[in-house]
Amino acid sequence: MSHEELPVAARVRRLEERVIAAGLTTDDELDTLLDELLDGAAPVNGARIVARAWTDPAYREALLADGNAAAGELGFSTEGYRLRVVENTPDLHNVIVCTLCSCYPLSLLGPSPGWYKSFAYRSRVVREPRHVLAEFGFDLPDEVDIRVWDSSAETRYMVLPRRPEGDLTEEELVTRVSRKGLIGTAAV
Amino acid sequence: MTYAPGTRVRARADDPDHHTRVPRYVRGHVGEIVEPEGEWPLPDDRARGIVPPRVEPVYAVRFPARDLWGTGSHTVVVDLWESYLEEVAP
Repeated sequence: MSHEELPVAARVRRLEERVIAAGLTTDDELDTLLDELLDGAAPVNGARIVARAWTDPAYREALLADGNAAAGELGFSTEGYRLRVVENTPDLHNVIVCTLCSCYPLSLLGPSPGWYKSFAYRSRVVREPRHVLAEFGFDLPDEVDIRVWDSSAETRYMVLPRRPEGDLTEEELVTRVSRKGLIGTAAV
Repeated sequence: MTYAPGTRVRARADDPDHHTRVPRYVRGHVGEIVEPEGEWPLPDDRARGIVPPRVEPVYAVRFPARDLWGTGSHTVVVDLWESYLEEVAP
């Protein structure tokens, strides 16, 4: 079944027709908005930020202090939200969720995966994160504490994973970072 | 800014009859302010079409999983508008 044939697509279209009929927006305005939202949005953006933080200590510090400014420095837009980057350490692992809906730094991570929006992930990761991570094939040692960040307001979180071992260049490091690593459901 | 990092606060326990962004699982629970997140329009007002909406500081508030669920060694950080919180005597 293609995306257009899904029942939710018909529901969205009916909603669009009603707000257009009410004079609140137009089809063109909606199309422009969606194009701008998705234009260039991909997890490689987050990966570039992470790889720079791994290779440039001053950038890492700036990133942890002010995510929006540091993302902007590399040319990435984070308009409309506060970006907070949370750093994994040998003692602490961070995981991101939005229990109320599916908030997420879309411009840096690309459209969110289906599981991120699922009721199962949203309700379980705040309650039993270690089990949820294990189900993703990610077994975290017992001595590592877990902090779950619930994006319930206007901040969007991104995880700064731990740098992989090995003598890798910044460009090589970019390719090691996955969207799951940026959410915290994978090591990197 | 009213609440400094480390301040102990309780999330509002009531269940308003309008939209709000206090997740049900932290209602009535005590957490600790991690950091301020700037000032943002209150979703409760925006959802009800109140113009202009109140603009309030938002805080990251950390709760121990054991308090929320009775089990678990992790912590959960939830972002809450100031009027969702009340200070708890130290």
